[in-house]
Amino acid sequence: MKHDFSYFMREGVSNLFSHGFMSFAAIGITVACLLIMGTFSLVAYNAEKLLQTLESEYEILAFVEDENDTAQTKSIGAQIEALDNVKSVEFITREEAMAAFEERTLDEYMRANITSDMFRDRYAVFVEDLNLVNQTANDVRSIVGEKNVRVDEDIAGGFILVRNVAGAVSLALIAILLVVSVFIISNTIRLTTFDRRDEIAIMKMVGATNWFIRWPFVYEGFLLGLLSAIIAFGMQWLVYALVAKGIASADTLQFLHVVPFKSIWKPVAAIFGTAGMVVGVGGSLTAIRKFLQV
Amino acid sequence: MEKYRVSHRNKGGIAGVIRLKDVEKEYENGTHALRGISLTIEDGEFVFLVGPSGSGKSTIIKLLTGEIIPTSGRVIVNGFSMTKISDRQIPLLRRSIGVIFQDFRLIEKKTVYENLSFAMRAVGASPRTIRGRIPYALKLVGLEEKANQYPHELSGGEQQRVAIARALVNNPNTIIADEPTGNLDPARSLEIMRLLGRINELGTTVVVVTHERGLVNRFHKRVVLLEDGLITGDGLSYDAK
Repeated sequence: MKHDFSYFMREGVSNLFSHGFMSFAAIGITVACLLIMGTFSLVAYNAEKLLQTLESEYEILAFVEDENDTAQTKSIGAQIEALDNVKSVEFITREEAMAAFEERTLDEYMRANITSDMFRDRYAVFVEDLNLVNQTANDVRSIVGEKNVRVDEDIAGGFILVRNVAGAVSLALIAILLVVSVFIISNTIRLTTFDRRDEIAIMKMVGATNWFIRWPFVYEGFLLGLLSAIIAFGMQWLVYALVAKGIASADTLQFLHVVPFKSIWKPVAAIFGTAGMVVGVGGSLTAIRKFLQV
Repeated sequence: MEKYRVSHRNKGGIAGVIRLKDVEKEYENGTHALRGISLTIEDGEFVFLVGPSGSGKSTIIKLLTGEIIPTSGRVIVNGFSMTKISDRQIPLLRRSIGVIFQDFRLIEKKTVYENLSFAMRAVGASPRTIRGRIPYALKLVGLEEKANQYPHELSGGEQQRVAIARALVNNPNTIIADEPTGNLDPARSLEIMRLLGRINELGTTVVVVTHERGLVNRFHKRVVLLEDGLITGDGLSYDAK
């Protein structure tokens, strides 16, 4: 049978308005679920970004022996830079090292009588993958000597652990919330479908195919999902902007850098749209299945 | 008046538009609704299916509309074998049958016209066909003036006539009416039966399930009496054995 899709679309839109309260309820619940999922995902994303920043600042220090001349020091730098997993190498003179020490050491007693002779020239080595930091540290040791390398392996391990745990927890929670959303939407749409079981029974009795009956519900679910996604996206943007503004203006939270929404709105909109439509259409199809057994 | 049906020949090669052969039906709860009945209804016949509650009338209706399949025996409806029918064929079977219910089953939120167009849309009729067919169906049941009214604005008899128009609008081979006068007063019941008789005269096979003895006996049509899952009478009046 040739389907008239414009008819299905009109029926879907008409059903959306003719069951106004149920549509409102379905949209409300979908928006709530999308907002919860979106908020959690954005928190996880920002946490990941923060960890990446911290990771990028993680360094292996390779000290240069005083007896090395400039050419030897440069050669050491080139050898380290050529190693696998080394992202970049930065040469720090003893004067710069002292200045950095003074900057981060507020205690006057600790800063007293410090001279640059007490420091050594060094290379700050930044790595690509924190998981391989031990191997890279060993490679650097083979160039500058065992005692001339300082690496805090516990901190590297800590970063990896936090990132893995945060990733696993956020994935698990998003998956759970997605399943819960489909279940709730399916039940909500089932209520609207229940309201129309007589219509479905009549359609079945006059010889309508199952897909003829399903299509208007699919369009309705699609529209419900899309509308919910648009509303949830707008609300998410508003909430995100307010939270980001609050963090930026709080003195104690300056170490937190919130990713601007303008730089991530496209993927967020795509995810909201897709999730809304999948949940809407999936919920409709699940809900109507029972009523087609006539 | 135009003959309101299309030819729909039997595809199974078995005589009669409806044929039941040694049909038994036992439900999952153990109820033995039909106990090996055989019945043939010829093309263009008008048959009353009568009997007390629990005699198996509703089970026969469900078998004919493909809602259930028999436990044993054969059921052929308009060429479709109900023991072998696939899910994809059931809509095709139902398009060859028009069903009328006691409670009318109209959609309250749709007008008379929309109730009919909805039934035609469901089988893929084009808007042009719908525009051409509905006025004819409404004229046949005498409701051409009520096209834009809602079911709750009509009397019970008028609502049942809308249901008859809906059953007819897709040009079925057979009309099956399940207690069509159960909710109507005697005058309206007579009116509906006369309308069904007229539809039958136009060439459509009509099967009416009822328990109204007086009404049945006024029409001198074939009466099949069911009792306790068995056919106990087949003649020209309710009391024939």
